[in-house]
Amino acid sequence: MGKKVMFYPGCTLKGVAKNLEDSTVESARVLGYDFVELPGWTCCGAVYGLAQDSVKFTIANVRNLIKAQNYGKEIGDNRVIAVCSMCYNNLRRAHIDVMKNRDKLKTLDLFMDEEANYEGNINVLHYLQFLKNDVGFDKIKSMVKKPLKGLKVAPYYGCLLLRPEEIAIDDREDPHILEDLLKLLGAEVVDYPLKNECCGSYHTVDKKEIVGERTYKLVSVAKEMGADVIATSCPLCFFNLDKRQEIAKQKHSEFEHMPIVYFTQLMAIAFGLTSQDVLHFDKHYISPEEVLKKWL
Amino acid sequence: MKYTITKDPHEDERVQKIIEISGQNIFSCYQCGRCSSGCPMAEFMDVLPNQVFMFLQEGDVDTLLNAKTPWICAACFTCTVRCPVGLDLAAVMEAIRELQLRKNYDYVDPYKVEEREELPPIAMVSNFRKFTP
Repeated sequence: MGKKVMFYPGCTLKGVAKNLEDSTVESARVLGYDFVELPGWTCCGAVYGLAQDSVKFTIANVRNLIKAQNYGKEIGDNRVIAVCSMCYNNLRRAHIDVMKNRDKLKTLDLFMDEEANYEGNINVLHYLQFLKNDVGFDKIKSMVKKPLKGLKVAPYYGCLLLRPEEIAIDDREDPHILEDLLKLLGAEVVDYPLKNECCGSYHTVDKKEIVGERTYKLVSVAKEMGADVIATSCPLCFFNLDKRQEIAKQKHSEFEHMPIVYFTQLMAIAFGLTSQDVLHFDKHYISPEEVLKKWL
Repeated sequence: MKYTITKDPHEDERVQKIIEISGQNIFSCYQCGRCSSGCPMAEFMDVLPNQVFMFLQEGDVDTLLNAKTPWICAACFTCTVRCPVGLDLAAVMEAIRELQLRKNYDYVDPYKVEEREELPPIAMVSNFRKFTP
């Protein structure tokens, strides 16, 4: 049994992004950590409310932080790991928001009768931060069994790991934490100038054509830079870049498909975890099997 | 286009409301255009982000309420982190949407969304949070 650490999966990982959840939990297990699902977690709300006069978008996140506070005391660890970019962004922003604006926290504490008050000592981390700062890149390197030698990867951060500035896991204009990790796994990282550009996000629900255009641009540039796959950590970016290639192809006949993967899947493969119970390639619209078959 | 400012924008009720909801001093924008040049959604907008501030400073809220732009913004915060005066443009876009949403306006009808089974939950949750009251 590894060391217990709280893990906040978020709703999407329980369904369409099962590949992200399983590859995250299993890769952490290899590194000696037992990711325990935060008991009783609820939806994070996906986007943080920007209206200053309302606390309705903060409440669910503070509730989650309180649950983490309670369970954290039980296992003696105040870290909560999220791997979905949206969950990370929301939990982290809520924490910073209520710590900066104590009157907001007071309003919420008054509103929530049943819960204990939030003490503000929960450390919300993205899995990448956890890997770099808490696990250490040396340890990860020592666990690589099948180096991804020859695989050309375009690292894609999207928005929510880097913006707004207060929650950025790395430099917001030129991040390199994902590149560093991918290099450790043996992959060849291509220079990807659009790595921090928006994929169109929630417009995928009602304005698919816009997201199709974004996908066309993001995938074409990755192809031009010589990439075989794009690696991401956000299930919404994943869905947009993967599924919306269908629209990109309809609009632009010269468009070439490219598989999208989660960085955790690449890590799992490099650690020798190639079972479909971990990778779930059936969740991909464009299957990465052909590109990755050398290492499977 | 000939343009006459008839009322002091500082006293405009709706401009004040936008300032209040967003918490941003919209009058500090000096039209450098950095927001619009980096905006990944600019090509789909009818009013560019810097123009949004121009209209606000002139007190022309009607143009913004009729524009597509606030509903095209994806809240990616590229402009927010690049603004030299530190304006949170995404919050201002949200405030313009809120002016309409708080009157019980549905920009998206959840019942008419296609491929509901396929979409990730975060896509729908975030979309409905931004586009419904």
